[in-house]
Amino acid sequence: MKTEKSTFNFKGGIHPQYFKDVTSGSAIRSIPTPEHLFVSTQQHLGAAAKVVVKQGDAIKRNQLIGEQNGHISAPVHAPVAGKVSAIVSVPTAAGRMSQAVIIEPNGSDEVDFYEPFKEWQGANEKAMIARIKEAGVVGMGGAGFPTGVKLSPPPGKKIDTLIINGAECEPYLTADHRMMVERANEIHIGIEILRTILGARTVRVAIEDNKSDAIQIMEAALKKMTGDVAISVLETSYPQGAEKQQIFSVTGREVPRGGLPMDIGCVVENVSTAYAVYDAIMKGQPLTYRAITVTGDAIENPSNLWVPCGTQYQTLLSACGGLTSHVTKVVSGGPMMGFAVSGLDVPTTKTSSGLLCLTQARLANYTSQACISCGRCVEACPMRLIPSEMSQFIEAEDVASAEQIALMDCVECGSCAFVCPAHRPLVHHFRRGKGVVLAKRAASPSTARK
Amino acid sequence: MDPIIISSTFWIGGVGLVSAIALAVADKFLTVPEDPLIAKVTECLPGANCGGCGFAGCADYARAIVKEDAELNLCAPVGSAGARAIGAVLGRDPGTGAERKVALVLCCGDFTEALRRSYYNGIAECSAAQATAGGDKGCTYGCLGYASCVRSCPVQAIRLEKGIAKVNKKLCISCAKCVATCPRKLIKLVPFKAEIHVLCSSQDKGPVVKKVCGTGCLGCKICTKLAGDAIIVDGFLAKVDYSKELNNPDLITKCPGKCIRLA
Repeated sequence: MKTEKSTFNFKGGIHPQYFKDVTSGSAIRSIPTPEHLFVSTQQHLGAAAKVVVKQGDAIKRNQLIGEQNGHISAPVHAPVAGKVSAIVSVPTAAGRMSQAVIIEPNGSDEVDFYEPFKEWQGANEKAMIARIKEAGVVGMGGAGFPTGVKLSPPPGKKIDTLIINGAECEPYLTADHRMMVERANEIHIGIEILRTILGARTVRVAIEDNKSDAIQIMEAALKKMTGDVAISVLETSYPQGAEKQQIFSVTGREVPRGGLPMDIGCVVENVSTAYAVYDAIMKGQPLTYRAITVTGDAIENPSNLWVPCGTQYQTLLSACGGLTSHVTKVVSGGPMMGFAVSGLDVPTTKTSSGLLCLTQARLANYTSQACISCGRCVEACPMRLIPSEMSQFIEAEDVASAEQIALMDCVECGSCAFVCPAHRPLVHHFRRGKGVVLAKRAASPSTARK
Repeated sequence: MDPIIISSTFWIGGVGLVSAIALAVADKFLTVPEDPLIAKVTECLPGANCGGCGFAGCADYARAIVKEDAELNLCAPVGSAGARAIGAVLGRDPGTGAERKVALVLCCGDFTEALRRSYYNGIAECSAAQATAGGDKGCTYGCLGYASCVRSCPVQAIRLEKGIAKVNKKLCISCAKCVATCPRKLIKLVPFKAEIHVLCSSQDKGPVVKKVCGTGCLGCKICTKLAGDAIIVDGFLAKVDYSKELNNPDLITKCPGKCIRLA
């Protein structure tokens, strides 16, 4: 086990103001159980879970309420014991609607657990993957890709490097940071389990150099690990936590265009995911709770909270002293890639990492102007795209030309829009353009990307 | 005289002469005879190149009529009169002529009636607004009012009125470009003759509609009693069956949702 400064760094990126000091010192605390939980069936990438409970059912904590529905999907469990009071549709942070089970907690401590593994050493990998799948563990960095699928690469793909993502490059957010500080030993076991399952030779824990306390604590926790294990200290830069950028920063390998990390022998898992894996294997506890940062300059008492998935945003806000009167914008997720929400009735999911409440002073308020061809977006783009040109194509309704210069490779990190001196809403253009391309592909599947 | 002038006059004149002869020969032997009927038929068409007939513009439609025996009544802007004119040129039966259709925006929730649930200051394009948290309008079915259809209309028949799109049916040539543009699929082609419409597209239940809009269909079915089978309530939304006659003016005053209107 060693700590090393990474010799690589991804191309481009930006250095926004981080505002992490607000919550980086506050311990993750629990909130009183909300009066109602709105547990969504769509907390992950892929097909929504299929509801298996009925209105009026009494359910135990950890009971399965939505079962996996297809290969890329994940089950959903009840975070608390109680009664199913209804099955309704609720808004998601991204503005769509999803089916949700409303649970009315009854304060009972009836619990359902999976059988915990006695120890991870020597345990059957297949059984552990099956457990991770049935416990509904998904990538908690934001995308919510089912972890069980990621851990079973197709035969022929050899994984040699496991990267544990503790970069947390989004400004304001500190949930992963606090997880590393407070639950390093559990994360350590999670990493051991993931390494065993993948048979990975090399393990790298990627942490940005602005989290020195997390680096120290993780060093102490991982000291016992044998083999090629290291904490990779990365330069603080956005988007250091993005999968492809992080793989380059840590290993110097580049994911081929249209490919996956497994094509170059890497798997990236978030630190919170490693914790969830520990919970699922060693405690038999499905993924129903997560850490979330509630912060911003429009909240009375910014905190890191340990909340059941399905808590409405308004409950989180009142647990943090409520909004100040000057609030202008509430963002689900971080300021760079999060979604502005239009209502506080949105419930949290397994992928909610932050809730950001901002006043006008912290918001960019401008109107878009014509591109002045300065090229700063090209410099900033970590995917080596040409945002200026793509956005002009999309503005001219020529989405096909934008697609030709790799519109679909945009990861929507927002670095281009952040540096644009003409204040162009570049990411917004790309989202719209991608929507048009996807709709066209859905209409004619034969022209889908090879 | 300067020999340069003489030689350049000779050469340029010579090249010109040879090219002229080549063009004259080409004109004689390589002409593609175009059917004069195509030009005549093109004259009967409006020349707006809207594409509503399904062909790539008026000239292409005229070519298809003459060469491929396409139907004569596909052009909505010239209607049955135009079909008769083309029929006279070709000596063919003009058919019954397409019933003139016009675009209609099935939403009447303007800014005096419909709630905006958030403040949107992104790209002023309906599909962009729709992609941002599902749009800023309280009603998830109603017109967003960022004028994508207005920009798509080749004859400027659509305008924004009180924050929602309105089609001027006298100008509409039923090319259906707006129908394809609207991300909420609110615009439908309806018969020109029809006057009474249900201007709402919300599939939500009555109480949900009431919360977000003062002029939405509540699914109360009062209209079905007055209109007979010309209005069908499908789920929680009334729809006019345009194949039936509908001329009961009571509908407009009796609709509790105030969404049955003349247009």
